[in-house]
Amino acid sequence: MNIDSIRDGVVLDHIQAGKSMLIYRYLHLDALDCSVAIIQNARSARMGKKDIIKIDTPMELDLDVLGYFDANITVNIIRGGELVEKKHVEPPQRLVNVIRCRNPRCITTAEEQLDAIFLLSDPVRHTYRCAYCDTATDKTFPDVRT
Amino acid sequence: MPRHLIDITDLTVGEIDSLIATAENILDNPGAYCDVCARRQLATLYFEPSTRTRLSFESAMLSLGGQVLGFSSADSSSTAKGETVTDTVHTVSCYADIIAMRHPKEGAPFAAAQVSEVPIINAGDGGHNHPTQTLTDLLTIHRERGKLSGFTIGFCGDLKFGRTVHSLVNALSRYSGIRYVFISPLELKLPRYVKEHSLKNRNIPYEQTTELSAVLPELDILYMTRVQKERFFNEEDYLRLKDSYILTPAKLSDAKPDLSILHPLPRVNEISTAVDRDPRAVYWKQVRYGKYIRMALIMFLLGLTPEKETL
Repeated sequence: MNIDSIRDGVVLDHIQAGKSMLIYRYLHLDALDCSVAIIQNARSARMGKKDIIKIDTPMELDLDVLGYFDANITVNIIRGGELVEKKHVEPPQRLVNVIRCRNPRCITTAEEQLDAIFLLSDPVRHTYRCAYCDTATDKTFPDVRT
Repeated sequence: MPRHLIDITDLTVGEIDSLIATAENILDNPGAYCDVCARRQLATLYFEPSTRTRLSFESAMLSLGGQVLGFSSADSSSTAKGETVTDTVHTVSCYADIIAMRHPKEGAPFAAAQVSEVPIINAGDGGHNHPTQTLTDLLTIHRERGKLSGFTIGFCGDLKFGRTVHSLVNALSRYSGIRYVFISPLELKLPRYVKEHSLKNRNIPYEQTTELSAVLPELDILYMTRVQKERFFNEEDYLRLKDSYILTPAKLSDAKPDLSILHPLPRVNEISTAVDRDPRAVYWKQVRYGKYIRMALIMFLLGLTPEKETL
């Protein structure tokens, strides 16, 4: 399968296989007016299989979103067809307005103007808890804070 | 930035010990504290009904020579018009020197603390936290046992929605030599996050059981709780679980002679009124202590102390 190289843009590499659509959605890539390629189950010597996202325009990415969903992602910045920067992401200590609290008793579910704030509570297991009510996040929970 | 009390861990162990010492001092010498908060105002914002906590805060402030204002239900505030909790608190923080608030939604005091210009005290947020009840419980345990370590404590009843249990476990986990026994129906077990955050992360062992009678003889402290109707979405579940544990004089026959029975109150029927006459029942003393620890807390958050010559 051939997908053209990009000249100016971003390549998200080493995405855990199966997570590319989740990241596509949380980064709001559907709102872009350029080519976005999602490659699923690409062969990887290191990971066995992986997903890749190629974005055909220079853009600032929310690295906190990437770090939250998959801290192994590599962000490759492409300029003039050349790789000019490679970034590795980390789980953020604090995640603001990315995901919503799933606890129906949490104040953020009743008053949506409040920032949805989550704090990293377990760096080993990448567990985040709502700063308001302490409820742990569920990474399969599909609700996006918009 | 004002100092708030949203979660019991907002206070260090040293600060908690100091609050307990101050409360005990007030119990011995209340006259020395009667003007400490003169010309200061406490706002009590109760978006959910309360008897004990609200009145004990008001009594505490009045006993310190301060004044109180506020509302006792969401219906009598601008919440009824759709105002957000942060706007309500922001408004009140322009009038009062300190705010004690109760709200049915979990995390509402944390949201309030982001906008308040004065100290916020969490007086209970849904099934989440109730740190001033915890301070009351700690003072009671300290008065009864003389220390906050080296005992076996059993928590019985609704451990899932019981915010006082969550806060007390969290607070006690910072003291040493305490054995924890959690007694509840399977549906009302202590939430995983409390076990992980307070106990597992600190390598503190605990036991869980559904049988109170099996563990009662081992306990030095029994912390009873009510199955709270208002925390259930489904009345059927409430009716099925509400009578799971009822403490009676007969059941207490196997308990230690120096057991201390605590309850954050209100109770429904989980402790028979006949138990009130048992000297091991200390929950009415606990109510009284609640006022004194809140006096100590208000002074602490306002940075006030009595004049030295009055002590």
